[in-house]
Amino acid sequence: MKPPVFAYYDPTSVEEAVDLLARYGPGAKVLAGGQSLVPLLNLRLARPECLVDINRVQALDYLTEEGSWLRVGAQVRQRAVERAPEVRRAVPLLAEAVRFVGHPQIRSRGTVCGSLAHADPAAELPAVAVALGAQLVARSSAGLRELAAEEFFVDPLTTALRPDELLVEARFPCTAPGWGWAFLEVSNRHGDYALCAVAAGVLVEGDRVVDARLAYAGAGPVPVRLREAERAAVEGGLWEEAVRAAAEEARRRLRPDGDIHASAEFRRHLAAVLTTRALKAAYQRARSGSGGTHA
Amino acid sequence: MREPSRTIQLYVNGTAHTVTVPVRKTLADVLREDLHLTGTHVGCEQGVCGACTVWLDGEPVRSCLMLAVQAAGHSVTTVEALGTPEGLHPVQQAFWEHHGLQCGFCTPGILMTVVAFLRENPSPSRDQIREVLAGNLCRCTGYQNIVRAVEDAATRMRAG
Repeated sequence: MKPPVFAYYDPTSVEEAVDLLARYGPGAKVLAGGQSLVPLLNLRLARPECLVDINRVQALDYLTEEGSWLRVGAQVRQRAVERAPEVRRAVPLLAEAVRFVGHPQIRSRGTVCGSLAHADPAAELPAVAVALGAQLVARSSAGLRELAAEEFFVDPLTTALRPDELLVEARFPCTAPGWGWAFLEVSNRHGDYALCAVAAGVLVEGDRVVDARLAYAGAGPVPVRLREAERAAVEGGLWEEAVRAAAEEARRRLRPDGDIHASAEFRRHLAAVLTTRALKAAYQRARSGSGGTHA
Repeated sequence: MREPSRTIQLYVNGTAHTVTVPVRKTLADVLREDLHLTGTHVGCEQGVCGACTVWLDGEPVRSCLMLAVQAAGHSVTTVEALGTPEGLHPVQQAFWEHHGLQCGFCTPGILMTVVAFLRENPSPSRDQIREVLAGNLCRCTGYQNIVRAVEDAATRMRAG
């Protein structure tokens, strides 16, 4: 058998799950979709004392729009998000980006919260969370804690979650009128981790860009929001020039690592090119009032 | 640590099985070693190659990335349920006719991926076919004949 020996619990309530986390502390790992954790177990890179499988906690299976937030419970599969018409309408950036996560067979098990908690810096959904300013809800036996996406991601595969905390929900702000969003990525093959990916948003009034968001995956130890590039997109003069200025900021300021898949220099080049394309796409979508709905 | 195990009921291809398995044993290994359904192949065991693709409640999943205990109470479908030697599934027939396989190791996973894909998308473009096949590695064919087989299968299945 590939995985090492572990104790296995599949509680049916959040209370039981967080009690187990409190009892085992750092020896416990939460098993949701398993698409990142089980490979690590099979390779024996992870050797937890116990697994707390949350797949039988039905209370975490909800995908609802509430006020100006889309609430995604910890059991919601990426495939469910991809298929849900309300996600395409309310948070089109999330709907567009989730299709880049792995393959359909991965997305039918993988969860949105699992991908966030795994915190791979080349993964798509953490960049989306940072771009949109998502709120992440952690639960422990001591109670609830809400974290902003930017403070949640600490380092590669490391989040601000404490060992006794379970990420129970990700809250994404619904796209406000006037905004357009786009997600673009370059990877070696469909479904691979991004060599570089960008989530871009612009708020357009008339034909003027008055606000912008730019966040990157594969460009540093955590998903990076680049405020200098955002400012350049807003204050950089005529739109064509502003886009060029934002792309230049991305090329200059991002500090991606080089590896066998791509050099740091190539990743910076991709960041600049993708910034240009994503800003233009987001602008078009904002102008057409489609927010970011893709074909 | 003592090896923890559990007795579970698995519903595989419409049949209920009761098995006692170590909790760390993957669904792929239980299908092959305990239920002797060796059509499901095990390649990389880290979710990359797709050879172990089965359906869980009708959705394609990697059976190497699931513990068998997690499948308790769910319905599992393996390649053995697709067709018979006398009555191949249209996708199997198309793979045969178009030489969509050479060594055949990856084929069960590809069939389970493709049949589920065509159910959701009966008229796929060539790009969409290539996109979905990116989740299954074949080291023999170069994919050309696999893509042709999927296109032909889609046409036949639309015609009924």
